[in-house]
Amino acid sequence: MNTSYAMPRWADLVLLPLVCLAVALLAAGGVVALVGQHPVEVISVLVHGAFGSARGLSYTLYYATTFVFTGLAVAVAFHGGLFNIGGEGQAILGGLGTGLVALWFSAFLPSWLMLPLMVVSGALFGMAWAVVPGYLQAYRGSHVVITTIMFNFIASTLLVYVLVNHLRPAGAMSVESVAFSESAKLPGMHEALAWLGVAWPASPLNLSVVLAALAALGVYLFLWRTRAGYRLRAVGSSPSAAEYAGIRTRHQVVLGMAVSGALAGMVGMNEIAGVHGKLLLEFVSGAGFTGIAVALMGRNHPVGIVFASILFGALFQGGAEVAFEVRGFSRDMVVMLQGFIVLFSGAMVYVIAPLVARGLNLAGRCLRQTGARHG
Amino acid sequence: MDESLLGTLLASTLRLATPLIFCALAGLFSERSGVVDIGLEGKMLFAAFAAGAVGAVSGSTTLALLAAIGVAIALSWIHGLACVSHQGDQVVSGVAINIIAAGLTVVLGIAWFAQGGQTPPVTTAVRIQPLFPQAPAALAGVPWLGALVGEGLLGHNAMVYLSLALVPLSWWLLFRTRFGLRLRAVGENPQMVDAAGVSVTRLRYTALSLNGLLCGLAGSYLVLAQSASFSPNMTAGRGFMALAALIFGRWYPVGALWACLLFGLLDAAAIRLQGVHLPVIGEVPVQAIQALPYVLTVVLLAGFIGKAVAPQALGRPYAKER
Amino acid sequence: MTGSAARAAIAVRMTGIQKRFGAVAANADVNLTVLAGTVHGLVGENGAGKSTLMSVLYGFYQADSGNIEVFGRPAIIRNADDAIALGIGMVHQHFMLVDSLTAMENVMLGAEPHWLLRRAESQVRSKLETLMQSTGLHVALDALVSELPVGDRQRLEILKALYRGARVLILDEPTAVLTPQETEQLFGVLRVLREQGTTILLITHKLKEVMRLCDQVTVMRAGCVVQEMPIAQASIEGLAEAMVGRKVQMGRLQDDVLSLGDVLLQASHVTVRDAMNVVRLDDVNLNLRGGEIVGVAGVSGNGQSELLDVLSGLLAPIEGELLLCGQRFSAAKWLDPRAARSWGLAHVPEDRHARAMVMDFAAWESAVLGYEALPEYASGGWMKHAAMLQGTATMMERFDVRPRDPALLSRSFSGGNQQKLVLARELGQLPKVLLVGQPTRGVDIGAIEFIYAQLRAMRDAGCAVLVVSSELDEILALSTRVIVMNQGRVAGELPIEDCTEASLGLLMVGGVA
Repeated sequence: MNTSYAMPRWADLVLLPLVCLAVALLAAGGVVALVGQHPVEVISVLVHGAFGSARGLSYTLYYATTFVFTGLAVAVAFHGGLFNIGGEGQAILGGLGTGLVALWFSAFLPSWLMLPLMVVSGALFGMAWAVVPGYLQAYRGSHVVITTIMFNFIASTLLVYVLVNHLRPAGAMSVESVAFSESAKLPGMHEALAWLGVAWPASPLNLSVVLAALAALGVYLFLWRTRAGYRLRAVGSSPSAAEYAGIRTRHQVVLGMAVSGALAGMVGMNEIAGVHGKLLLEFVSGAGFTGIAVALMGRNHPVGIVFASILFGALFQGGAEVAFEVRGFSRDMVVMLQGFIVLFSGAMVYVIAPLVARGLNLAGRCLRQTGARHG
Repeated sequence: MDESLLGTLLASTLRLATPLIFCALAGLFSERSGVVDIGLEGKMLFAAFAAGAVGAVSGSTTLALLAAIGVAIALSWIHGLACVSHQGDQVVSGVAINIIAAGLTVVLGIAWFAQGGQTPPVTTAVRIQPLFPQAPAALAGVPWLGALVGEGLLGHNAMVYLSLALVPLSWWLLFRTRFGLRLRAVGENPQMVDAAGVSVTRLRYTALSLNGLLCGLAGSYLVLAQSASFSPNMTAGRGFMALAALIFGRWYPVGALWACLLFGLLDAAAIRLQGVHLPVIGEVPVQAIQALPYVLTVVLLAGFIGKAVAPQALGRPYAKER
Repeated sequence: MTGSAARAAIAVRMTGIQKRFGAVAANADVNLTVLAGTVHGLVGENGAGKSTLMSVLYGFYQADSGNIEVFGRPAIIRNADDAIALGIGMVHQHFMLVDSLTAMENVMLGAEPHWLLRRAESQVRSKLETLMQSTGLHVALDALVSELPVGDRQRLEILKALYRGARVLILDEPTAVLTPQETEQLFGVLRVLREQGTTILLITHKLKEVMRLCDQVTVMRAGCVVQEMPIAQASIEGLAEAMVGRKVQMGRLQDDVLSLGDVLLQASHVTVRDAMNVVRLDDVNLNLRGGEIVGVAGVSGNGQSELLDVLSGLLAPIEGELLLCGQRFSAAKWLDPRAARSWGLAHVPEDRHARAMVMDFAAWESAVLGYEALPEYASGGWMKHAAMLQGTATMMERFDVRPRDPALLSRSFSGGNQQKLVLARELGQLPKVLLVGQPTRGVDIGAIEFIYAQLRAMRDAGCAVLVVSSELDEILALSTRVIVMNQGRVAGELPIEDCTEASLGLLMVGGVA
């Protein structure tokens, strides 16, 4: 992401995203008011629903887990100079991979073998789905944005095909596979905490949240502490300098997409292994696109992404509460807010950033003047 | 094969292709001027909602059409504000428009009509009717051509014919007028156009306005001619299929038309081919046919069936260098 | 021959033009008088100020002070449109054409006589055909620009300017991209245009062409006009000396004659063509021995950049062989930057911003660019963070890079400090062969001597150093021997003792020493 406006690092990483978020909230609040709701009331219900109870918090973190995976996927690709819109399709394939090995092996393998196998399978399937567009971009010049969009659609039809034609038990009405054996299920957080003697309400939150945290740490280490991550960032930041350094640009593009796809593929662990215990149609439902918003808000840094994911998790969970309690409100308001966030943090950032920079200058000057007066 | 089957197949193809054609032409103008348009889906969706809402409330086809077009143009201008007037990323902006449209249409739908996001059905008076309602029945008796021409070609409403007519019109605008020449130039080398004294910004905004107009037509077709009301996410990926068709047609109006017809045909055939055993291939899963437009586009982009050369300045924000 | 009355009219008169860019005076009190209906040559090295002067005339820049008169009338030129309205047309070095449109469409764009293309085209076609007939400038009007050879594209650019009514035509280094035959054709056209009364301003550094074509010549150096005379009174040697002329510091830091080491780099018959199939390096042979500094002099754009790219592995030639520290490479399997480094070659690029550093990286990240896989910096796939920071700190200490903050963004350092860091990085690897492009470009005075001292120290330690610079002073200050490049060829080679302004200048402009 190039910065053609001058502002100190802290402002770029923290203040600017907050300002963009505020603008998005204002826009969304405007719509809320327009349709006759009370923005303040809606916000308070939302915040309470997301954080005000242990159950609410669990749901928030459960949603956040998926977003961390898709957000990290987008961020890694961005660092390599690529826009990976294919998170949706890569997550679907990852879930398919996770589910397939679960269906095939969960009856014979114990948990400690099964679960890692599912993680690896999910990562590999997601990776494969991202590597093809990556390869086509690097070696044949096909625009990665278009190919990944196409791959999203192909992925969803593929999933329907596999479920309907191969995995759905004969005679069943709902489009889903049989349930996995117990060994393929990730323990829920309430189970894990109960094991430690702590009482916690049941919720979809499961141990994949730990996996997400590890993934965030892993991405941080990868990007800033490994040679491969260094080379990826060099290619993304200055392909000509990378060429000078002898870095194989095309190689890095494919590698970046591979890591990106593998991360998106982890969504299956949260949804399929952690919650549903079987393969079904709707387990991604837009999380790939939320990942874009999360990456933009989080300025493509794992720490920012974790915070942004929790924010969006809160929006989803709080949004469900609001839909429950406030008449005339539906979860689509959250979708709309998400769109505003992508618009203002992503596309309009060059409209907002100069204003923020000028504001900072003005504030700095005022402070100095008051300082001079008092000094 | 049976002629009446061919007739209905042709009819379905044209009906399914119409919104694709409108959208593909919309994308054509935008992308030929150098601005990537991922937001076709969102604009079409929002236009459909506007047409449905205004159509149901006002009972006027004209107002519904105007509302749809107005909304789509407004979204195109927002895209322009972010990407043409400023250096925003064109893909991100398009994605944002899609997400906003998906959410906002339902929010407004629920708030105004309280039907879970749907708009109430528009009356038959508002809906766009077939132009030659007697034709299919009248020609049914004629052997061979009867069904094909009667139901296949003449049984459609004005918007279908409009979409077909807009193809040569777009070609003419792009290749036979001064505006079209400048538009094509600005998508390849905006510096050159700027140096020749023509405003890059003005050209791109004009292209975006045309883009909005056409997306508005696409959206209103869905509600005023196809179904009778708006339902959440009714575009179902058609905007992306139109983008694929545009690329498949190598950014030419006629090429895009053929691609849209092909994709429409695949869509029409998909349902009919379900359960049918073809020689050699066996039973073709409907999902394979549904995925075919996307697979074909990828194959084209990978360079395996000829080259698709995009306008050179596509996707790059233009900044005056001085 | 046009009548002397017409000749005496003045097409363009620029008086007292001043233009500063920051601290640099690109044009210092420049006066230029161009007679109508003549070909007027404007010569000088890079940075002499001729491009700036023409940019002022064409409206790209506004002069800080001074006057311009066009055909006897005072003129205010704020942008290209003003210039075009006054009858001034410019043909740039980099063509402004749309490849996917036809020649005619390119000429028409922006000045179409009708909104219907068919009608516009018929009007434009007849006008263009008349123009082509009268000037002898023939271009296939219906061909796509992408299909036209370079010479035709340039002709198209001239046609574009003439179509808009240019009576004064500025040509910026027009023969840089032309073959000898195309150059002849161009000269023919220019002569015809002159016959018809068009005034032509030719910016060039090729004195042979000036002697053949121009009626008048103005020589610029360091922002000032140093000579102006009719061509009849000029000679190549005189012009070269005026262009280059400075007191060569005799007795440069006298070091003992060092024993030259082995040949560490040997390039033979290297030929490079660019994307437009224009020859950039033409059968170049080059030897580098340990213990010497070879300076590559010449006006920018004569193949020096390509030479650096080829020797460092960034560009593969279509023909040629390379022997680097005993390792052989042929055109079919040329070396790449990583291999080059592993064989002991280090490269300080000309373009610091695009090549030498990643501007958005921290200083320590730029300080390991190209060397991130070395055992002192990496183990397994992990980067040794502490070692890299320490290494950068040491580099900064040794080369006095300020501020001494390895975590600071690379773009936040001044040009001089950036360059010092890059040098620290490359020299720190104790290479056997060192390639340096524009070592002190954008570097403040204080750092220049330091950098020179470092390069001399490398030489004394037995390294083979190649320095490419467009600053002749620099070449003369550093080199053991000097190679002059002209039009992709090694025009000549001189030991430092034999270098004089005259001999070098002559080689640089294509004459024979």
